[in-house]
Amino acid sequence: MGEFKVHRVRFFDYMPTAIRAMAFNAHTERLALARMDGSVEIFNFTDHYFQEKVIPGKDSRSIESLCWVGGRLFSAGLNGEIAEYDLENLRPKYSLEAYGGPIWTIISNTQGTQLAIGCEDGTVKLFEVLEEHIQFERNLDRQKGRIISLSWHPSGTHIAAGMMDMIRVFDVPTGHAVQRLLVDRGFGGSKSRETVVWSVAFLSDHTVVSGDSAGKVQVWDGHTGTLVKTHLVTKWDVLALSVSKDESSVVAGTSEGTVIQFQFIAPTLHQQQGKEWVRTRTFKNHTHDVRALAEIETAIVSGGMDTHLVVRPLLEKFDEKSHASGLRKIHFPHRNLVSCAKKVGLLLFQFPGQLELWRLGDSDGHGKPGDRLPLERMPEKLLLLKRKGEDHICCSALSSCGGWLAYSTVSCVRIYRLQTDNNNISITKVSKLPKALHSAHQLCFSSDSSKMFAASSQSSVLVIALTQSECKYVHTLKPKSGSRQPIHLMTTSVDGKWLAAANSDCEIHVYNLQKLKLHCIVPVYGSCPSAMGIHPTTNNLTVVHADQQVNTIISQLYLLQDWSRKLQKQGLHNVWLDRDTPVTHVTFNSKNPNQVVLHDMHMFCIIDQSLPLPDQKTQFYNQMTLRSLSEQERPSHLHAFKICKTFQDLLCVSLLDDQSLVVVERPLLAITSQLPAPVRQKKFAT
Amino acid sequence: MVEHAEIRMVHRGGSKINFREPVITNDSRFLLCAAGESVNVYSTSTEEYVHDLQGHTDLVTGVVLNPSNHLQVYSCSADGTVRLWDFTDAILIKTFIIGYPIYSIYVSEKHGGVVFLVVPMADYKSSGKNKLFQLVAVHLPHSGDQEVEARELSAVLCDVSPHAGAASFGREVCVSGMKKGAKNAFTCVSCHPKEDCIATGHEDGKIRMWRNFNQKKEYTYSTLHWHHGAVNTLCFTPEGTNLLSGGIESVLVHWHYTQENQKDFLPRLGAAITHIAVSPDGSLFSTSHSDNKITIIQSCVKVSAVIQGLVKGDGVWTNLIIDPRSKALVLNGKPGHLQFYSLHRDKQLYNLEIVQQEYIHEEGLDQFEVVNAAFDARGNWLATVEERRKKGAELEITLKLWAYDELTQSFVLNTTVTAPHEDQITAMFFSPSPETTMLVTTSLDGHFKAWLLADHSDANEGFWACDFVGGYHLLKPGCCSFSADGSLLSVGFQEVVTVWSPASWELLTTLSQPPGAIRDLCFGRLSCSKYLLGASTKNQLCCWNLLTCSLEWSTPMDVSLLQADPLSENMAAFCSQSGSSDLFVFKPSEPRPLYSQKALCTGKVQHAVFAPRDQMLESCEERTQWLNRSQLYFFTQHMDLLTFSTKTEEDRLLASSKQLMVDDSVAVTPFYLLLGKHRGQQLEKQEALTNPMAERTQLPQGSIAIKELLHTPAHVLPSASFLCAMFVRSLLISSSSTIYSVLCCSTFGSEYSLDSSWVLRYMLGTPVFGEFLQILSSSVRLDGERCCTAIFRSLQRCLIRFKSGLWLRHSRTFRDLSRSQSCVFLAVCLGLLSCCKVTLRPSLRSWALWSRFSSRISVLCSVHLSFDPD
Repeated sequence: MGEFKVHRVRFFDYMPTAIRAMAFNAHTERLALARMDGSVEIFNFTDHYFQEKVIPGKDSRSIESLCWVGGRLFSAGLNGEIAEYDLENLRPKYSLEAYGGPIWTIISNTQGTQLAIGCEDGTVKLFEVLEEHIQFERNLDRQKGRIISLSWHPSGTHIAAGMMDMIRVFDVPTGHAVQRLLVDRGFGGSKSRETVVWSVAFLSDHTVVSGDSAGKVQVWDGHTGTLVKTHLVTKWDVLALSVSKDESSVVAGTSEGTVIQFQFIAPTLHQQQGKEWVRTRTFKNHTHDVRALAEIETAIVSGGMDTHLVVRPLLEKFDEKSHASGLRKIHFPHRNLVSCAKKVGLLLFQFPGQLELWRLGDSDGHGKPGDRLPLERMPEKLLLLKRKGEDHICCSALSSCGGWLAYSTVSCVRIYRLQTDNNNISITKVSKLPKALHSAHQLCFSSDSSKMFAASSQSSVLVIALTQSECKYVHTLKPKSGSRQPIHLMTTSVDGKWLAAANSDCEIHVYNLQKLKLHCIVPVYGSCPSAMGIHPTTNNLTVVHADQQVNTIISQLYLLQDWSRKLQKQGLHNVWLDRDTPVTHVTFNSKNPNQVVLHDMHMFCIIDQSLPLPDQKTQFYNQMTLRSLSEQERPSHLHAFKICKTFQDLLCVSLLDDQSLVVVERPLLAITSQLPAPVRQKKFAT
Repeated sequence: MVEHAEIRMVHRGGSKINFREPVITNDSRFLLCAAGESVNVYSTSTEEYVHDLQGHTDLVTGVVLNPSNHLQVYSCSADGTVRLWDFTDAILIKTFIIGYPIYSIYVSEKHGGVVFLVVPMADYKSSGKNKLFQLVAVHLPHSGDQEVEARELSAVLCDVSPHAGAASFGREVCVSGMKKGAKNAFTCVSCHPKEDCIATGHEDGKIRMWRNFNQKKEYTYSTLHWHHGAVNTLCFTPEGTNLLSGGIESVLVHWHYTQENQKDFLPRLGAAITHIAVSPDGSLFSTSHSDNKITIIQSCVKVSAVIQGLVKGDGVWTNLIIDPRSKALVLNGKPGHLQFYSLHRDKQLYNLEIVQQEYIHEEGLDQFEVVNAAFDARGNWLATVEERRKKGAELEITLKLWAYDELTQSFVLNTTVTAPHEDQITAMFFSPSPETTMLVTTSLDGHFKAWLLADHSDANEGFWACDFVGGYHLLKPGCCSFSADGSLLSVGFQEVVTVWSPASWELLTTLSQPPGAIRDLCFGRLSCSKYLLGASTKNQLCCWNLLTCSLEWSTPMDVSLLQADPLSENMAAFCSQSGSSDLFVFKPSEPRPLYSQKALCTGKVQHAVFAPRDQMLESCEERTQWLNRSQLYFFTQHMDLLTFSTKTEEDRLLASSKQLMVDDSVAVTPFYLLLGKHRGQQLEKQEALTNPMAERTQLPQGSIAIKELLHTPAHVLPSASFLCAMFVRSLLISSSSTIYSVLCCSTFGSEYSLDSSWVLRYMLGTPVFGEFLQILSSSVRLDGERCCTAIFRSLQRCLIRFKSGLWLRHSRTFRDLSRSQSCVFLAVCLGLLSCCKVTLRPSLRSWALWSRFSSRISVLCSVHLSFDPD
């Protein structure tokens, strides 16, 4: 595998924020996820749960609820505004004041013609969904107390609204409340506290299912307004409910971090009458509140205060054990938050609100593999750069020489000139930026730091020339396909000749920077690229996709490289394909042109293209076995994938020019320890 | 196996009653459970052993009610037969011969005439560890014959577990559990009686409720978790509203079927629950426990009865001992307890808590265990040794001495000696001499110690203190024995036997017969008291003559246990040879064995004891003579309690049990049995007399009166006093036969006073009457006026209690009791008379007393008994 001096970096205090809301679009199979900081993430469930898009948050924005109408995404929050998102430019399209105080929930009817919001002042407001806009239509009868949750009957004629201590059923055409379902309060001390109906679900047979702060999941008959069944599920709150598409199953998320499934089951087989809601399975994948839930066709998706997204497949929907039937936890974003200046050993960490520039430590010591080397110079935080304005940082870049630094928010791009002489660091903002450069989805410097590339709207790339004194707009590279999707990956070659850009439509465009024109479009593969890199010597483009396929393309010829073709023919090892986190970074070893370094969250891997490919029978993780073998036996067991799992929870692995490896770890335990305390639970023998 | 036709080895109780799930009959009156080779029938209300169903020749492995006739029961056994019984009368109706060992049996109402059995797979003869079992259905053929061959088996499922909890019948389907490798392996399964829901218990303590299972794999399940250990058993109540589960925690958990969060507990049931059974009407639950106990629980809240068998814990560390007072067998019982077990009744009398520390129900904990116990000759003192051995820690030993308290009729802790020795105590005996109470303990630390009761003039009770510490060349003593009169003590120090005088603690002589360490030492009794026998590890049995201090004889045999009969010269030696045990009974003076039995059982016999008989047998046959005074009981390797009995004795037992047979379906209460016995005696009497007195009133009349009394509900009966007169008149035929009546009475009296367990039984079942009897039996010892007034006062109290309706809560018992309420009075009166007859001497004073007393009785019963005080 080779020996490297490793910088094990653990000082990147990345902290994801809690998940607040979730909405699943069954048509496009996209999951929209809102976090507490106001950011929205879009996951593509057809493409291995790849995080396709991230809409950065904003200080003043808080999202309480998300809702899809067709392909359009709406959100509402406690700031009292409804917002629609521009999924192509990754920013809010517009926002609208609802004039009802904080909004707790937003839903659309099944026809997609109307939106209903529940407001703090007790009104349910209906909005009409127009082509480009939404328009206020009317209020339903105003109630005392806030409207916490809403659910639209599939026929569109009724709305169930969860309030304090009660549920109301509204007749939509008249706007009058037709039923009033009183929800019991909790026992004991919580008797004096109002019960909050956190979530309601209106089923097509007029059954109302509610989850409340007294820990009950209750089933009501919506016609008569009578209570059918009470399931006391937890001592704490039931925060979220989600109904499966065929209405045979309801899942409830609780403050204890459990997700409880209820199924509509006939007590005896071969008999369809007398079905009832029975509590069945309990899933415990969270330590904190489950705030958002979605039951999709084959899985239950849950997220909450403990910041990770869990996809729990329902095993009975799968015929056999497969890649899709494994439990999946998504902890880290599927993109790079770390930029590395390879020549000078600087790291740039991107937070939503700031940037941190660190200089790596240094050591002269030598030791055996596995030893800790004494540090001569401690790693040092050189710079903390706070963003201006309310918008969160969406991307950042550091030039490889460490001389330039740039970041972008939804509203502006900033470029800084860095000068470091030994211990002094000076930063100067480049004051005059070209007009065309107003925001970027992705930023990238050329390897000689003479140019900067900014991914702009409609998959175009702006080329900015950087000189000591100013920066100048050079050209806009436009794709031929006319795709409007944003670019999420960009990379340049070392010789400065090529630029590759990948967008959410899975297209990869290779531009010739000398001619400033499109060189080729890499044949479109069905899965989104999650990482790519251009080889420093051969200029071959290596692309890793979300489904774990690795392709290397000879750029000039549009062709798959021989090795890659062989790989395509033989297929990747199942163990490789079964990994559940995408590769987020690709680099190359300049000393050994055969080696490609890639990493995902749990491992990093060096692909040595000179070695034979593993077939399905060979042991895939064989580093330990190799170590135990003698020198003679070793070559027969070698294969191309050399995997190291010593480092866990990786955010970035990069090879510096001095052949030392930078490994940025963010232990999940450190994230967990920063979370607020979970609700108290009685544990056995405590 | 049986060499001598007249001496047979028989199972004498102590069998496992918790082996398989018990069955409660439809009317909830009887509980049937597999016990060794028979099926025992117990009364659920009085926890009394009613009778047993005998016929199987191997272990009974399952009992189920016949679904088409609720008065019949199927049982299956490892002998390859399924038998159909009428359990009320203990009649074998049919025997179906299957031909394979059967491991469990299931029946279903939907499948009439079919039983489902678990049998080994076809190649069952290849006895390997991993046998495979299959579930088969057997059509029971209709045939008039007693014995039917049913060899048409149709396989239902392969590879099922032979464990009885592994299969269960649902509404329509039969489910059976499999072994699974993971930690969530199934341990038991139960089906909901009405809905399609299967509950499975798992090794990790979880219960899963499976629903919606069918071919399309759309099943779903929910998990219930309370148990911290494996779930041993699961059972749905007949209505399906509740699920019961039990495990090592010895807590019965009561889950509500639809609201799984709500659960009730019945804690502190004493030992790990192994099986749960519910009566068909759901009113009674029964839980079997690992300490060979069945608890009957009423409506899930109240333990109403406990059927306790011989507790077989992890091992018997104390040898088998006979309590000289109660003649009960004493051995390790529940953890930290000694159990007193009545051999004649096959019933546990009581437990004596020795360790007096809380027992924690968890596996793998080191807990205190009673490892040694000894009684002195009169049963006044009990010595116990408990020890706890932790790995890598010091041995903790405590010696406790218990004094018998007459008042409470039990043992009271007198002295506790912590660390009496530095190492394990190997043997402990009381001196049998009547003058001194002395205890000798030998220990692996190289010493033996003598403990004496130190008399303290100021305190009325003395305590025990060490009197003498002895040793011999730092050898480790392994055994010791007192001579029958207590004048000699022999201690075996490895190869050397030392003989000491306990009076002066002088080393009298040493005997040695190399090679081999002495394992067991025993003095001869009575005419053979000059002999000392020793068994060594090197297969030698030596007999020394203590008068000449020389070896009398020795014989090469591997004696594993040497036991002397306290009532005769006989000795029993168990030898282990090639995997089985042989028994030799001999007198030390004679080299020829009185009785020998080869291949007694497999494995070593480690524990045996001679239990004195109640009544001496009068057998003159030489071979059986050694059984005349006492009976030899022993434990096999598998902890079966076996004994030897002769044919004549068995015949006698059989006859007496026939006498007690109940003729109809009337609940078997003690009174009923008593009356039946009484009547039987009457009949015998009549035959014996061969009607010399023609003027005797006809007996049928009397029996009609009894029948009337027994079969008429209490509320329509005339007042007790009226009936009593009639009843007594029917019994006491003429004034000349009063002696006879007194005789009858005295049988009552002796019955009660001799047999304290009868009293105990009544006390539990019928508190009011029990109290009276207790006073009655104790008052036998009193005399004079105190006696009379005490009896009369208690009689009055009983009457008040009856009238006040305190017994109403015990309605089940008293339904029967009230029926024979008047009989109670009668029994009371007659018992009284007998007592007075026994205790009062014909003196002037007593005559006056008696006349006063009898007049009171006559007032009470309105019966004038012509009674002659002479």
